Amino acid sequence: MTRLEEFSSEISRTRREFLRDATGIALGTMALRSRLARAAALPRNKKVVVITFGGGARDQETFAPEGQENVPNMLRDLIPRSTFFTQVINRGILGHYVATASLATGAYETINNFASLPPENPTVFEYYRKELKRPSSDAWVVAPSNGFNRIGESSHRSYGLGLGARVILPKHLLAAALTSSQPDYAHLLRDNYETPYFTPELAGGEFELQQLEDLLKLSVTDFKSHASALSSPDELSVYIARQLMRQVAPSLLWITMHDIDIAHAGTYSLYVDGIRRTDRLCAEMWKIIESEPEYHGKTTLLILPDFGRDADDDPGGNGFQHHRTGDPLSRTTWLMAIGPGIREGLVHDRPVDSTDLVPTIGSMMGFSAAMAQGKPIAEIL
Amino acid sequence: MLPSELKPEHFSSYPKEAKKLATDYLGVFRELPLSFLPGVLREAIEYDYKFPAERKSLEQELANLARLSASERSDWLAGFAGITLSPSLERFDWINSPAQFIEQLSAHLWSTHQLDAFRVAATKYAERLQAALPPQEPKLPRLGITVIGEGVDSYDAPLFRKLRPHGAYFSRVAPDDGLKILLDAVSERAKKYSGSYAHWYIDGGDAAGHDPVLTSVSYGELQPIRTALLEKMHFELQKPGMGPEMLRTLMAQMRPADLSVKSSPDPVLDRFAVKLLTEGSGTQIFSTSFAQWAAREALRRAEPVTLLVRFAPRQRQKPMSELLKPSAERPELDPVGSLVDGDIGAYYNWLNQQRLPGAEKASFLAWFEGHSAAALIGPSVPRGTESSAPTDMKQLLSWIS
Repeated sequence: MTRLEEFSSEISRTRREFLRDATGIALGTMALRSRLARAAALPRNKKVVVITFGGGARDQETFAPEGQENVPNMLRDLIPRSTFFTQVINRGILGHYVATASLATGAYETINNFASLPPENPTVFEYYRKELKRPSSDAWVVAPSNGFNRIGESSHRSYGLGLGARVILPKHLLAAALTSSQPDYAHLLRDNYETPYFTPELAGGEFELQQLEDLLKLSVTDFKSHASALSSPDELSVYIARQLMRQVAPSLLWITMHDIDIAHAGTYSLYVDGIRRTDRLCAEMWKIIESEPEYHGKTTLLILPDFGRDADDDPGGNGFQHHRTGDPLSRTTWLMAIGPGIREGLVHDRPVDSTDLVPTIGSMMGFSAAMAQGKPIAEIL
Repeated sequence: MLPSELKPEHFSSYPKEAKKLATDYLGVFRELPLSFLPGVLREAIEYDYKFPAERKSLEQELANLARLSASERSDWLAGFAGITLSPSLERFDWINSPAQFIEQLSAHLWSTHQLDAFRVAATKYAERLQAALPPQEPKLPRLGITVIGEGVDSYDAPLFRKLRPHGAYFSRVAPDDGLKILLDAVSERAKKYSGSYAHWYIDGGDAAGHDPVLTSVSYGELQPIRTALLEKMHFELQKPGMGPEMLRTLMAQMRPADLSVKSSPDPVLDRFAVKLLTEGSGTQIFSTSFAQWAAREALRRAEPVTLLVRFAPRQRQKPMSELLKPSAERPELDPVGSLVDGDIGAYYNWLNQQRLPGAEKASFLAWFEGHSAAALIGPSVPRGTESSAPTDMKQLLSWIS
């Protein structure tokens, strides 16, 4: 067992004990249900929503005992209904864009985290659309602005151009809707804390402002009015995602949260505020799924962080502030799966790799992820 | 270029004392792997501006490397020698820009999945070095003090939760003259046990009146430098093609003179202060981040025996573009958020103090300024205890002095 695996296993045990005490969920086993029985329980026209709980939250502020006060909504509303994996290991580069791209391709990407580049391996959206012959309207990404505009579509020669997801960058949408400097909305336009000085040129399949009305059925006035009541970029993302679900109802929807990454500025209070907000928004997303007829009863929600943050006791880092050391705490996260056919109240502490996500979605939706490095997670299939 | 090709003239642009150090150890440098040597040069090039503790540490490390036989050195550095570098890294000017080389090396290690191997090599080397050069205990047991919560009227949530298991929590400390008593106590230590950069006072706001015997840095006094830095960042960002890595490199290369810092009798401290702003993350805009990072760097680099850190209210969160824009307006403050920042900052100050030699004899006091809550850690303080008995600051200090 490597050092990373040893530490990850320890982190996993702590999470499991805590979850068992806090929510009464049971330890899962590898004894799986019959595929046939599960297939009979699955709805047709299955949908999958992925939320990345970002950018980068540690155990002690989330699922460790001292972190429970920061994730009350997930503990109360989601964990008891979910199958929870306590040990998801990210062996890749711990930068938010490149790590999210790795999650979306199922392969550890090595692209420059701070450049406006597409992933090199095919994304889950391309596998889905190409193999199942789905239109572009059926796969969407809602993401923070900087860097993430290319995440929907890879540069892979067998996939790529025209086969990816459509990407909405809500902050750019809002910025486009604002005719002049309007300070009431400034709090929704916060950006990339990892490199606050960086604003790459936008390119690729970006959502155009005129589609605000055509696709989301929102007038600029209504959009601005709703946005003015929101408090953060991630709230804006959830608002746009809900509108997208109502009007377009994509079968594969990927939402990348990012408020938590304010931690890079070194302010613990703002980092914890970000976690609490993301916790609330995850529970809200599940409520939206349950309340929207196009999603109710046929949607699997998968929530996982892109990675953690540095441990307090690693002298190479500065605790919660960054994710630079590559230590086990920053590499070990969790995964929550909720939806029809997913067993409720189970926790699994066997190691899962973060590249397993895409093959798992493939198995759920009926396509193969041929170039992904991971394997389907049998316990939720 | 590879280390084996090094010549004395390659160090011609190094500052005076750094140049002498590098040429003295040229023979050793030629034997070191390229994945290792720039890490040494990053320290060596700054030698003229290093604190005494850092100088001593670097000198000892170099002397140790020189003492090793060729086969021993090869054994010590085998992990580094196994790291594969790219041709572009080999071509990089790692002699004159070792810090920038390290940045690029880091990116290379991540992208080639060699980071874990590098960590193992670095950890093994550090362990062997520590065994060969056992750290020396300080002449005086260390004392750390952290004051948090300036400007907060009331706060109901528990404080010092991460510190409490390591010492005692006091809930009825008389707050009268607390800060003055603490400053007087550290000044008294400084006068009694003098030492270069041995006794520090760091303030996240405007420094309170204190004895000049203390080495002092404050967020308030650095306001002109922060403004100059933000203006430079703003200017650079307007240039086409400016990316985060280039800007970071530019910031890391800035010297006090670049930010119009007037020459003072203490260029070492000037350089330290500028580095807090050019290399720290968030230190330019949030005073709580500044105080925590300044304490971390002071402990890591100067290894003081006394450190008093006071957190002050930081500005409220705004869009990053606005925070980075130089402004003459007085910012709106967030005292309660700053208290929470200071609470974890106090814990980090203690952790960083305990990484230094003599940890088992060191003491630490954290206090909620103007209020009655405090945490006390020291060799004679029982762990995980609480006291609701009335006490005062002088008594708390007497238990850890």
